[in-house]
Amino acid sequence: MSLANFPNVSDWLAMSNGRLQVRTGKVDIGQRISTALAGIARHELTLPSNLVNVQTVGTDGSPDEGMTSGSNSIEQSGHAVRLAAATLRAQVVTYLCNRLGGRPEDWSLEKGELTGPGTNRPLALLDIVGEIGLDMPVNPGARIADAGALSGLPMRGLPELVQGTYRFLHDLDLPGMRHARVVHPPHAEARLGGIRSDVEAKLEDEGLSVFRDGSFLAVTGPAEWPVVRAAQRLANACEWDAGDGLNDSDIYDALTQANGLRLAVEDGMPIKDAPIPNELTETTHHARYERPFTMHGALAPSAACATWDGKTLQIKTHSQGIYILRESIAESLDLSTDDVILTFMPGSGCYGHNGADDAAFEAALIAMRLPSTPVLLKWTREDEHAWEPYGPAGATELAARIGPDGRLEAFSAEAIGGTFRGRPRSGPNQAGPAKLLANNFRADPINPQPGVPNMNRHGGLQRNLVPIYDIPETRYVKNLLPRMPLRTSALRCLGAALNVFAIESFMDEIARDQGADPFAFRKAHLTDARAIAILERLEMELVARPAKAGSGRGIAYAQYKNAMTRVGVSVDLKVSDAAEIELERIILVADAGRVVDRDGLAAQLEGGALQAASWALKEAVIWDRDGVTSRDWDSYPVLRFSDVPEIDVVILDKPDCKSVGAGEASPGPVLAAISNAVCDATGLRGRRLPLTPDTLTSLALQE
Amino acid sequence: MSLTLRINGEDRSILSDPETPLVYVLRNELKLKGSKLGCGLEQCGSCAVLVDGKAELSCVSPAATFEGRDIVTIEGLAATEIGRRVQAAFVETNAAQCGYCTAGLVVAVSSLLAENESPDRDAAKAALDPHLCRCGAHPHVLRAIEIASGRS
Repeated sequence: MSLANFPNVSDWLAMSNGRLQVRTGKVDIGQRISTALAGIARHELTLPSNLVNVQTVGTDGSPDEGMTSGSNSIEQSGHAVRLAAATLRAQVVTYLCNRLGGRPEDWSLEKGELTGPGTNRPLALLDIVGEIGLDMPVNPGARIADAGALSGLPMRGLPELVQGTYRFLHDLDLPGMRHARVVHPPHAEARLGGIRSDVEAKLEDEGLSVFRDGSFLAVTGPAEWPVVRAAQRLANACEWDAGDGLNDSDIYDALTQANGLRLAVEDGMPIKDAPIPNELTETTHHARYERPFTMHGALAPSAACATWDGKTLQIKTHSQGIYILRESIAESLDLSTDDVILTFMPGSGCYGHNGADDAAFEAALIAMRLPSTPVLLKWTREDEHAWEPYGPAGATELAARIGPDGRLEAFSAEAIGGTFRGRPRSGPNQAGPAKLLANNFRADPINPQPGVPNMNRHGGLQRNLVPIYDIPETRYVKNLLPRMPLRTSALRCLGAALNVFAIESFMDEIARDQGADPFAFRKAHLTDARAIAILERLEMELVARPAKAGSGRGIAYAQYKNAMTRVGVSVDLKVSDAAEIELERIILVADAGRVVDRDGLAAQLEGGALQAASWALKEAVIWDRDGVTSRDWDSYPVLRFSDVPEIDVVILDKPDCKSVGAGEASPGPVLAAISNAVCDATGLRGRRLPLTPDTLTSLALQE
Repeated sequence: MSLTLRINGEDRSILSDPETPLVYVLRNELKLKGSKLGCGLEQCGSCAVLVDGKAELSCVSPAATFEGRDIVTIEGLAATEIGRRVQAAFVETNAAQCGYCTAGLVVAVSSLLAENESPDRDAAKAALDPHLCRCGAHPHVLRAIEIASGRS
C-alpha cells in the first residue's frame, strides 16, 4: 500500500546538508520504528549512522501511510524504504559504470564509499546521489542487501533521553504560548448547567481566560501552574446536569450474541448478509472467556499544541493517525484540509488510540479563539484515565468436538464485544467529528454514533478469532455491540488479545481434560513448520529450566493475524495462600522473519509480554452511574517493577523470509500462558480477566 | 519574600509562587524540562529528582519545602561519576522505549547506586517500585542496573 501510493525513491529518501533523510508516514511511539527505518537505509547503502536521519512526520510533506497501527510499519514503511534504498544503490552503480566504466559487479560499496575501475580513491555514495538526484521510480525487484551485517542499532534519541534534553510535545515552550486545561464533565452523559458565583470574573482578573462552548469548558493562561489551579477552581464551581448517568449494569450480562450485530466470519473476514453458520452438533467442550474495559494508560497524559493564524491551523500532536485526524478536525471546524497542518511530536507510548486525538481537537478549538497564540493543552492524569477511549470489554465463546482419536474434529468461536473503531476516521453523517470527544459536548453537539463493524480480514473483533490449528469443521461469528456504556477504540492487539487468550486457554483445557501434553496436543494440529519449530525450541528451553517446586507452568502459541510474527510463550508462576500471583519467569520464542533490529524486536516482544501481564493480573476499568471511578494509578493499578519476572527472549532469525511486525504478537499468548500456569498451580481455571486475588478466591469457592 | 533553591550546584532565585510544586518551577521557570510530569499525584515516578542525594518526587511538594536542600535534576546528573555511569548503562542497554519514564528512572537508579553499590535484583526492583513504565522496558532497565553496578 505504501509503495503503491508513493512509487518514487524521492518519496522515501531525501538529501539535506549532505545527509540522507528517510521519509516516512509512520510515527515513532516508542516502538523504535525510526531506529529500524534508519537501520534499513543504512544497511542497504552501508552508511554510517551520522549520515542518516529520519524526517519529522507531518501532513505537509510526509508520505501518507495512514495509521501507525496493527504492527504494520515494518512491512509497509520498512519494505518501501528498503526497496527505495536498494533502487538508489543500483542506480548509483549504473551511473558510475556509464561514467567511469566497468560492469556493476566491478563496483563495490563499503561504509558509504564506492570503489571501482578508474577510481584512485573511493567515491562517497551521497556525493553521487547529489549528482544524480532521487527522482526515479522504486524498482520493486531491486536486489536487496544480504541480511545480517548490521547489529546493535543504537536507539535514536536515547543519549538525549538520559541527559534530559530529549523534547516531548509536553516540553514545548513557544513565545507567547498559553497553557490550557480542560474541565471535563463528571461523565459522558452530564451537561454543564451553570458556573456558580463570580469565579469566571475572578479568573479573568488574574489574567486567565475561560473558554466555553456548550459543555466543553477550558481555561487558559500564560503560566502553567496557575492554569492547573484555575481548572480546579472552575471545576469546583460547575453545576452539572447528570442526565440518566452511566449505564452501570453488569457488562458481562450484556455481552451476549442476542445483543450483537451478528456476522459470519470466513477465513478471518466477516461476510455481509451471509447466513450465520449452524451451531456445531455433539460438542464435547464449551467455555466462555471474558475481558473488562482496559485502559491504554499512557504514562504521559495526552497533550497538543495548536496555533491559528487566521488562515492556517497548525497542530503538534502525538496522534498515531495524523492524516485522518486532520480531516476530522477540518470537517469539525469547517476548514479546508489544506489549511490544517498536523506535525507529529513524541508523546509517551500509547498502545493504541488514547486521548491524543481528542486533546489535539480541544487545543484547536481554543486556539481558534486566540489568533496567533500557541495553545499548549495538556490533559491531567484524571482526564486521561476517565476520558481516553478504552479497549472494549468482550467475551469469546468457544465450543469444540473431540473425535475418538483425541483430535479436534470441530470448532466454533463467537467473538462478542464493543468496537475497536473509535478513531476519528471521516465518513457519512460526520462520523469522524462524532469521534472527537469535545464535539459531543459543544453547544451544537455531534453525538457519538453506534459502532460499525470492521469488515477487514483479522480486523477488530475477529482478529485471531480463527485458530492457527488444522480443524476439519469450523464456524466463526462476530457479534458487535454497537453501543457500550463507555467509549471504546483501538487498544494494542484489538480482538487478538481476548481471542488468543480464549483459544489458547481452551487448547490447554482440552489437552488437560484428555490427559495430553500441551505441546504434543498443539503440534498434532499444526502443519506450519515454523510454528512447530517454535514449539520445539520452547520445549527445549523448558527442559533446561525445570519449574520450581510448587510453581505452575503454562504455555501458549499464536501467530499474530495468522500471518505475522509467531510467538510461543511459557510462564512459570506461584500462587500464594492469599491468592496473589507471583510471576517467576516468562520465556518468549519468536519468529518475525528477517530481523531488522534485534534488540528493538526483543524490546517489543518483552514490552508486549509485560503489558499483557499487567492486563492479566491487574487492569480493569471500574465505573458506576456517576462516572468512571478508575481515576488514578491507585484506583487503576498496573504492573510495577516488583511484579516483573525474569524474561528470556529467543528470536529465530529467518533471513530469507520477509520481516513482519512484532509489536502486538506477544500479548495474546502471554495472557493464556499465565492463566494456564495458574490452572497448573491451583487447578483453578480463570476465564475472566484480570486474575486478581478476589477472582481466584471466588473461583476457589465455586469449586 | 523570594525563594532560593540550590539546583544542580547553583543557587537560583525563584520568582514562582513558593507553593508551586517543584516540578513546575523546574520545567517552566528554570526551563529544566528533563523532569517529567506523569500524574501530579506522586504515583508514577516520572518527576523524580535527587534531593540531598536521594530520589524524591517533585510533582506535589511545594518548591518552598526544598529550600536549603541540594537538588539535582536529570540535567545535572552527569556532574557525578555515578550519574554518568548510569546514563552510559542505559544507553548501552537501550533501556527505554518511549522514554517518558527514563529521566525518573535514571535519577532513581543513581540514587540507588549511591546507597548500595551492588544491588541484587530484588533490591533494584524495590527501589524502582515507585516508577511506572508502561512500555515494558523493565527488563532492559534492570539490565542497565546490572551493567552500571558492575554485576555483569
